[in-house]
Amino acid sequence: MNWGDVWDAMFGGLPYYGEILALVSNSVWAGAVLGLVGGLIGVFVMQRDMAFAVHGISELSFAGAAAALLIGADVVGGSIVGSLIAAGIIGWLGARARDRNSIIGVLMPFGLGLGILFLSLYSGRSANRFSLLTGQIVSVQSDQLGWLIVIGAIVLLGILLIWRPLRFDSLDPQAAAARGVPTTAVSLGFMLLLGLIVAVAVHIIGALLVMALLVTPAAAAMRVTAGPLAVPVLSAVFGLVSAVGGILLAIMGTLPVSPYITTISFAIYVVCRVIGARQGRVMRERMHA
Amino acid sequence: MSGPPAQANDTDASPLSIRGAALRRGDRELWSGLDLDVRPGELIAVLGPSGSGKTTLLRAILGLEPLSAGTITALGVVRQAQQPGFRRRGDRRIGYVPQQRPLPPDTALRGRDLVALGVDGHRFGFPWPRRGDRARVDRLVHEVGADAFANRPAGTLSGGEQQRLRIGQALADDPRLLLCDEPLTSLDLANQQAVVGLIDRHRRSGASVLLVTHDINPLLGKVDRILYIANGRFMLGKPQEVLRSDVLTDLYGAHVFVLRAGDRLVVVGAPDAEESHHHHADGEATA
Repeated sequence: MNWGDVWDAMFGGLPYYGEILALVSNSVWAGAVLGLVGGLIGVFVMQRDMAFAVHGISELSFAGAAAALLIGADVVGGSIVGSLIAAGIIGWLGARARDRNSIIGVLMPFGLGLGILFLSLYSGRSANRFSLLTGQIVSVQSDQLGWLIVIGAIVLLGILLIWRPLRFDSLDPQAAAARGVPTTAVSLGFMLLLGLIVAVAVHIIGALLVMALLVTPAAAAMRVTAGPLAVPVLSAVFGLVSAVGGILLAIMGTLPVSPYITTISFAIYVVCRVIGARQGRVMRERMHA
Repeated sequence: MSGPPAQANDTDASPLSIRGAALRRGDRELWSGLDLDVRPGELIAVLGPSGSGKTTLLRAILGLEPLSAGTITALGVVRQAQQPGFRRRGDRRIGYVPQQRPLPPDTALRGRDLVALGVDGHRFGFPWPRRGDRARVDRLVHEVGADAFANRPAGTLSGGEQQRLRIGQALADDPRLLLCDEPLTSLDLANQQAVVGLIDRHRRSGASVLLVTHDINPLLGKVDRILYIANGRFMLGKPQEVLRSDVLTDLYGAHVFVLRAGDRLVVVGAPDAEESHHHHADGEATA
């Protein structure tokens, strides 16, 4: 390993940082929307114990995008179709956590396998191939970026509109149903929104790494607070910092964006765990005092 | 679900009226022919072995589980009827405390937010905070004696503390009918008394309560009538009419003894409902 090459890969672009930033400004916006919305929806992913479902949806979303690439259709459209099919199947068949996990376990390798098949058959630009798995936001075309931002905004609006019934259903589905919350419709609505945002995330961070923005920020926030406002706000901020920070760091060099995003979001989680453990200790001491 | 009038035909003042109700699961009939009229301010305990369909009865009243026959009318509204087939799901005017599941320790919720779910958990739209809601939650928290721990993370609260808050949630709309499913399970004696006290106080405001329990002792002296379900049949009456060795022996079709130990009652020898998972492996239940 040549340290000079590593330095170049990481910081080689610094002299031209301003120009690069201007070129990728739309990517930064898309990353910001995804970070924000991913952080918010992640709170419900955690409460509904659906981290594994996020992973399953992202693999089928990848298959959809790969199929679109192969037949020359719109890649974002393909990933949305794949996402929604997976979210629909999981939402429809997997009402109970046990059923859900087995269905996802069955769907996920199938989706990943299909995607790899489509990519192998695809003869176009090879840079496109693995960007769907590991993400490369800066290579997404600008009209597609516009779509990603619009979809993210729709998901944000949707999640805010069903916020309270969804929270009730996530925490106590029986009491929610008894109080007249249309729990089936709320759950399916949530799966639809989750499918859409996963499709966006596949293009920005890659199918394999979606959880870094849809699970990790919420998991981190829940370590340090339990407030009904503090958790989603903190989670959204963590998602935003990870996504935007990752892109801003990555464009200093030639390395892909995803490892920066995953590392920042992981580092936030570790810090929150340490803070949470300390809070817990203080609280226990106070109670014993 | 379509069609029939949502209002009851008669102007029956009974908060809860059940006629000819039957419950079937698969090819097994859990019970049939249940008639029950609850009076305002009445506290009725529902007893019986596990697997006898007690929880399902509460959920049927809420319209969340279908009966195989019969009609349920609650608070002047038909909840379900077989002729024509009709079911109305959920209603904020009926209070419901489901069987307790302890919350995971990292639940993103404070104690008072558990109560708040009863106040605004059903509302769609942007979740702007409202001052009126806040005051309602404060009042409910105070009513169930939870001021001291309402701001702590809900997952770190004890079973008794969580149960008080869940009752606060169920009382959010001052329900005239309150359904409680095993509200005393896994609580220590002091917390059992506190929870019974809350339920009893609400009942004294004129509300009717149907309470599923496997242990009648914490409720003795408070309960007006007992609905004992066993063996696909019922016994309905005052505690001293139902909790007798001859009555329960007849109901179960097996020798059952009601023993008095000090001021406690113990039912010995009650066979369990088939295929059920009972905590009392030896077939004894306190009742």
